[in-house]
Amino acid sequence: MFKIIDKSIISADEMVLNMGPQHPSTHGVLRLKIITDGEIVSKVEPIIGYLHRCFEKHCESLSYEQIVPFTDRCDYLASMHMSHSYSMAVEKLLDLELPERVEYIRVIVAELQRIASHLIAVGVFGLDVGAITPFTWTLRDRERILDLFEMLCGARLLYNYVWPGGVSHDLPPKFIEETHKFLDYFLPQIDEYNQILSTNKIFIERSADVGVLPLEVGINYGVTGPTLRGSGSTFDLRKDEPYSVYNKFDFDVPVGEGLMGTVGDCWDRYYVKVLEMKESAKIIRQALDSIPKGDVHEVLPKKIRPPKGEVYSRYESARGDVGFYIRSAGKNMPDRLKMRSPAYCNLSVLNEISAGWMMSDVIAVLGSLDIVLGEIDR
Amino acid sequence: MTSIVDSILSAISFINIDINILLIFAIVIPGLVLFILMALNVMISVYFERKVAAFMQDRLGPMEVGIFGFKGGKKFWGGIGQIFADTVKLLTKEDIMPANADKVLMLVSPFIIVAGALLTFIGIPFSDGLIVSDFNIGILYIIAMSSVGVIGVILAGWSSNNKWSLYGAMRSAAQIISYEIPIGLNLLLIVIVCGSLQVSDIVQWQADNRWFIFHSPFTFVAFFIFFISVVAETNRTPFDIPEAESELVAGWMTEFSGFKWSIFFMSEYANMLIVSLVASFVFLGGWLSPFTIFNVFPDSWLILDGFYIGIFWLLIKAIFLVFVMMWFRWTFPRLRVDQLMYICWKVFIPFSLANLFFVTIWELIAGSIS
Repeated sequence: MFKIIDKSIISADEMVLNMGPQHPSTHGVLRLKIITDGEIVSKVEPIIGYLHRCFEKHCESLSYEQIVPFTDRCDYLASMHMSHSYSMAVEKLLDLELPERVEYIRVIVAELQRIASHLIAVGVFGLDVGAITPFTWTLRDRERILDLFEMLCGARLLYNYVWPGGVSHDLPPKFIEETHKFLDYFLPQIDEYNQILSTNKIFIERSADVGVLPLEVGINYGVTGPTLRGSGSTFDLRKDEPYSVYNKFDFDVPVGEGLMGTVGDCWDRYYVKVLEMKESAKIIRQALDSIPKGDVHEVLPKKIRPPKGEVYSRYESARGDVGFYIRSAGKNMPDRLKMRSPAYCNLSVLNEISAGWMMSDVIAVLGSLDIVLGEIDR
Repeated sequence: MTSIVDSILSAISFINIDINILLIFAIVIPGLVLFILMALNVMISVYFERKVAAFMQDRLGPMEVGIFGFKGGKKFWGGIGQIFADTVKLLTKEDIMPANADKVLMLVSPFIIVAGALLTFIGIPFSDGLIVSDFNIGILYIIAMSSVGVIGVILAGWSSNNKWSLYGAMRSAAQIISYEIPIGLNLLLIVIVCGSLQVSDIVQWQADNRWFIFHSPFTFVAFFIFFISVVAETNRTPFDIPEAESELVAGWMTEFSGFKWSIFFMSEYANMLIVSLVASFVFLGGWLSPFTIFNVFPDSWLILDGFYIGIFWLLIKAIFLVFVMMWFRWTFPRLRVDQLMYICWKVFIPFSLANLFFVTIWELIAGSIS
């Protein structure tokens, strides 16, 4: 029969919008397939894999020492955390006890790295909602941490510093003074970020009550790290399952309290990171004051040959719970290596919390989730 | 109605040719001057903005390119040659036309936008009598011409055949059309007080009485509503939703490059200058010296007023407002599109209407007292 009106022509369709892989604010090469109805987003589908480097498969043909630089390149904004967590897994496999000084150095660099990573997260979230100046300020301060790392091991981004069995260099002579100096400079800067960004009316309008992540949803999706703590959970491996020497330090776990809106909104996720920087500074100060003397030379033979067996170790990185599963067949190469990526799980919640919001909010939510594509794709 | 065209015509009338040909000359000369002025404006404004941004962001900005070896180092003039380097770069860049774009519209749209900006300058004074044409409906003309650009914006967004451009164009159109209303209402308020739409009359009223911003509480509020609205109309942060680079890549300008893009740039900075000039001569006394803020200073102080120094005063006020816009841009985050519309329709327009109502009462009472 002849149809007078073809409904398929006049019905208001939803538009498919490809955001990325080349887009200024997808934090790398993430592609978001956004199904929009005007400005309202009805579905977001993250499509990943544009940065896949076959990290896990590659590791099966590399010796244990050679994997360390590859872990650095997973989460390139928090390389120290990645190599630290991998080293912890190998050490657990070898059942190795480390000198106290090594653990202290590792904690100091890990917390400095956490500050550096959170500085990027805070600045980039500002950039995502349109504030450009805070980003340059946070990068300016991150630069000082990179200078400290350069002093430490010569590299500024990918350090290859934390090794299974130790660290590559002992602390350089002036490192402790310089770090104290940095912290003295840095803590007042946090108030400055709060003035220009956190308490800005427009910023609060854009981020408070937007993209609320309820605690149960977050737990169900396996969200960890500052993203989950923004929803009110106190889950932090540094407190809950203390590794290294974290049980010797006194620090708080900041959680989202819904100061500007609902608990678990973008503002909370953002502000948790700001508060965590202060807590990290606290840990660094304690570690610097109580660092024992000793040798940091490796307690390992040249070739690592762990016994047969498997191990899973967890680590609280800047983005959440990093897990390394290693199965050893008794050779100098792992039989299988699997990495649990926190940013991958955090990204999976994107559709859940940004559907029904506007397109600008998807960007804000993505920025507040603080993903690193190098780690998601591996 | 004084007009530069008339004075030029009378100045060159000694040349013994047909009056119509002379008229063409008399029209073309101010046009060329305005065009050169706009080109200079965009060159200097871009440099100014880069330096302002750099100093706010704790960096130095351009500091390598000098003119004939003159480099100011870390001062504001460091890298002054960047002005010319940027211009040459933009004009010599490859002009990329997307394969599926509507080529005619894409070619035309930048020129519609820049034509809107250029036409507005006809009614914009630079000093007492230094105006292409001093209509009796000057303010109305400025409002009308500043809306022409939106046609070009929609054409640019549509012809690019790009979803981001379309989003940007739609947002921009909605934004510009919405914010026309508070702008119009606040200018209407001034027109009610002063009783004329003519630019020179408005400034003359301020010379006789006081600057409009300090005339009454309502005009004081009106200035701020007007200024925020014009910031929104020129698509500057915090209202730069149409070209939000973190969301829409570059909005309706995404697919444009080279010369066409530089035309967009030119119109953006020209619009900034236009709205600052309008705000200056409507609310801040135009080419009058600061001693005319209130009518209390002795007449001997008004020596600072005059034709040439008037250019200086007007430009100082306008450049300060341009600086405030840049200050906004490098300080504030961006609003969301619904929040932007909320501010316009639910805050500015009701307040402007109430303002309009109260200012008429104020004027009636003040008129009956005096």
